[in-house]
Amino acid sequence: MRVVQRVANFLASHLLAVYAAVALLYLLAPIAAVTLFSFNDPVGRSNYAWSSFTFDNWLSLFRDPTLVQAVGTSLRIALISTTIATILGTLMALALVRYQFRLRKSIDLFIFLPLATPEIVLGASLLTLFVTLRIPLGDLTLILAHVMFNVSYVVVTLKARLAGFDMRLEEAAADLGANPLQTFWRITFPLILPGIAAGALLAFGLSLDDFVITRFNAGQTQTFPVYVYLKVQKGIPPQVNAFATLFFFATVTLVAAAALLQRRRANLSK
Amino acid sequence: MADVDVRLVDVTKRFGDQVAVDGITLDVTDGEFFTLLGPSGCGKTTTLRMIGGFEQPSSGTIELQGRDVTNLPPYERDVNTVFQSYALFPHLSIFENVAFGLRRKHVKGDEVKQRVGEALELVQLVGYEARKPGQLSGGQAQRVALARALVNRPAVLLLDEPLGALDLKLRKQMGIELKRIQREVGITFVYVTHDQEEAMTMSDRIAVMNKGRYEQLAGPETLYERPATRFVAGFVGASNLLEGRVGSDGDMWTVTLPSGAVVRAPKSLGDIGSAGAIGVRPEKLALLEPGQESRGNRLDGVVVDTSYLGVITQYVVEGDGGLRLLVSEQNVDRTTRSDTWRPGERVALTWKPDHGFVVGDSAKA
Repeated sequence: MRVVQRVANFLASHLLAVYAAVALLYLLAPIAAVTLFSFNDPVGRSNYAWSSFTFDNWLSLFRDPTLVQAVGTSLRIALISTTIATILGTLMALALVRYQFRLRKSIDLFIFLPLATPEIVLGASLLTLFVTLRIPLGDLTLILAHVMFNVSYVVVTLKARLAGFDMRLEEAAADLGANPLQTFWRITFPLILPGIAAGALLAFGLSLDDFVITRFNAGQTQTFPVYVYLKVQKGIPPQVNAFATLFFFATVTLVAAAALLQRRRANLSK
Repeated sequence: MADVDVRLVDVTKRFGDQVAVDGITLDVTDGEFFTLLGPSGCGKTTTLRMIGGFEQPSSGTIELQGRDVTNLPPYERDVNTVFQSYALFPHLSIFENVAFGLRRKHVKGDEVKQRVGEALELVQLVGYEARKPGQLSGGQAQRVALARALVNRPAVLLLDEPLGALDLKLRKQMGIELKRIQREVGITFVYVTHDQEEAMTMSDRIAVMNKGRYEQLAGPETLYERPATRFVAGFVGASNLLEGRVGSDGDMWTVTLPSGAVVRAPKSLGDIGSAGAIGVRPEKLALLEPGQESRGNRLDGVVVDTSYLGVITQYVVEGDGGLRLLVSEQNVDRTTRSDTWRPGERVALTWKPDHGFVVGDSAKA
């Protein structure tokens, strides 16, 4: 009886902590599994059952040229589409927050459409469009497709940031003799940079990760997710786990660095 | 006659159907501390923003030192603004905030350093160069905003309720500080406030604004002693306004009150219609025993309320015919409250005719 009582008391006072731990476990378990199996020495083709520990997969990370190429393609597409989407999205967010113009409300709504439409529909529609326009499938169509959905994410992220921007700062800059261009680069841009970076990071991640739209519009181009998909039948090589782990920790490091930087900045301007 | 630094000619600003500023014409002279005083929504801030270039007038012209700047953007006008919210750049150090205007003008590094130093010295913030705006108190941020504007040596400095965000004590202190700085640098100040005490303390001249126009433009003393309209009489200091029929008797106005009593005030202003009010400031009224002899204007009444306020004692006296008057007496000879008039006592209210003023409904100075 007493033991039950104790356990109940412990739960009552640590409920939040327990709940948080369970939630974190739930979120991180798959990633832990991926990481763990990057150190597995699989028996046979599939890397699903644990057999023994090895560094081999990491040491032979670049052994399969198709895999290396797919990773390279993914990074290239992500980088280009993120850059374009971030520039376009930033300008769009600025226009949507700053100016009153016709169809502003409709554009606000259209921005959300790519986020709400099922990817499979987007992918199929884009394919139809590209085929109709006779644009050969490949890097170009992939970049166009990724820019399309990434713009939405950048705009939505940045709009939230811009809503809190004090317009008086721009007036103050103009008052002190800065023309609109100088005002933008010296005042507006540095202040909204964290928002731009957050949008860009999100876009980069989504582009790297995208499978459905990519599968429809890639043509002969093979990205990392497509490579993995095609390998499912024959068995996914454990190097894929190693790359996935690498991506994960690179992202975590990047986000942590950004958060740290922002906190330092916030502390300074407090 | 001193040079005109700011000239507004028939400036009107409409926002949709709303007329924010309604045909203002005025001159601000070189080196003057000029104040736009009025309640919120009277158009004072819009007027200031038009001088700064942040708003375009719907009609009329704005001149700075004889040059038409009506269509120039803010960055091409030789004016600087101290914003109500200060609008310091949060990502730049105090030094870079103050240096911002100089850098836009490509002032050389050594000179920037020297002038920023001087500006910070002027506002007593030497040693704060490396800090960020977020690390300053409200009063300090306010002074940085002032230094950031003054360092450019503008022809005119615009100040939009710069003390509004400070607490009362700091506000008074900064008010005195502002006046000192203005005398020291000799730059023309155009100051916007809704606080009549602030305006009276600092200004050379004040335009009292109401509903997009100014009702009177004068020095603090004239505004107080000879307000031109009911609005000015009520907004600048406390006034007793007694409605009545206005007549003329030589160089005096006579005002016949509803009770039948006739009181007089000097004819210092232009023509007034037949309906008007006589005004007299609470401290200019004296209370006497009902039987006591007096000269000048006189009304009878009953004390209905007294409050002891330290420097003064304030009475509310109900005159015959239901008029309520506020009277303040200096507590010079008083040591205890027992000397004061008590509620219910009958008294006579008197004042010198010269101390009153008459306002009509459409009078303009």
